[in-house]
Amino acid sequence: MNFLTDAPIDAAALVARVMRPSDGAYVLFEGVVRNHHDGHAVESIFYDAYRPMAEKEIARIIDDVAREFPGVAIAIVHRLGLLHVGDSSVAIVCSSPHRGESFGACRAMIDRVKQTVPIWKKEKGPDGEEWVGWQK
Amino acid sequence: MPRVKVRLLCFAVLRDITGRAETELELADGTRAADVWQSLRAQHRELAAYELPPMTAINESYASPDQLLCDGDELAFIPPVAGG
Repeated sequence: MNFLTDAPIDAAALVARVMRPSDGAYVLFEGVVRNHHDGHAVESIFYDAYRPMAEKEIARIIDDVAREFPGVAIAIVHRLGLLHVGDSSVAIVCSSPHRGESFGACRAMIDRVKQTVPIWKKEKGPDGEEWVGWQK
Repeated sequence: MPRVKVRLLCFAVLRDITGRAETELELADGTRAADVWQSLRAQHRELAAYELPPMTAINESYASPDQLLCDGDELAFIPPVAGG
């Protein structure tokens, strides 16, 4: 298991890792740091994680999605540390003989990763910094 | 009274609030994860509004806050996650 990285994401390498000769399609999703959130300007985001648990949780999600979308190959990498506007924070590639399964699996992957994987982000901007989701 | 040793990990906002990433706890046998949360709340007023921990993990898996802690357990409270 090696779904977390501290280095910039190489999406092309991720695509190359999943593609099989029988695949007729792949869907690539990248989450990107944007310059605003809830009306605040954002300059950078620091990503933190409970690394061993996040690795296990991602592996569990891949197993679930692979079972729901048979025949789909799945790869994912999530970046941690300090990222700036325009940087990719996560990339997911799903490939399959036909496009439908790849679209469905990719959507399910990102939705579930956001729900349960112990990864956190601290947004920094001109107004200050705060951990997303924490109500003070 | 038997004691259990538990390693408490704090991430993200909880690490900022408690000022430490990792704490060794020696607890009375029969202590539940939720009891540890209550003692954290008592020590840090930023947590006062959180009567229940957002989520609880024991040994790298989500668990009930009512779970009894065993000697050698690794405990973490999981603030709202925000990956992606």
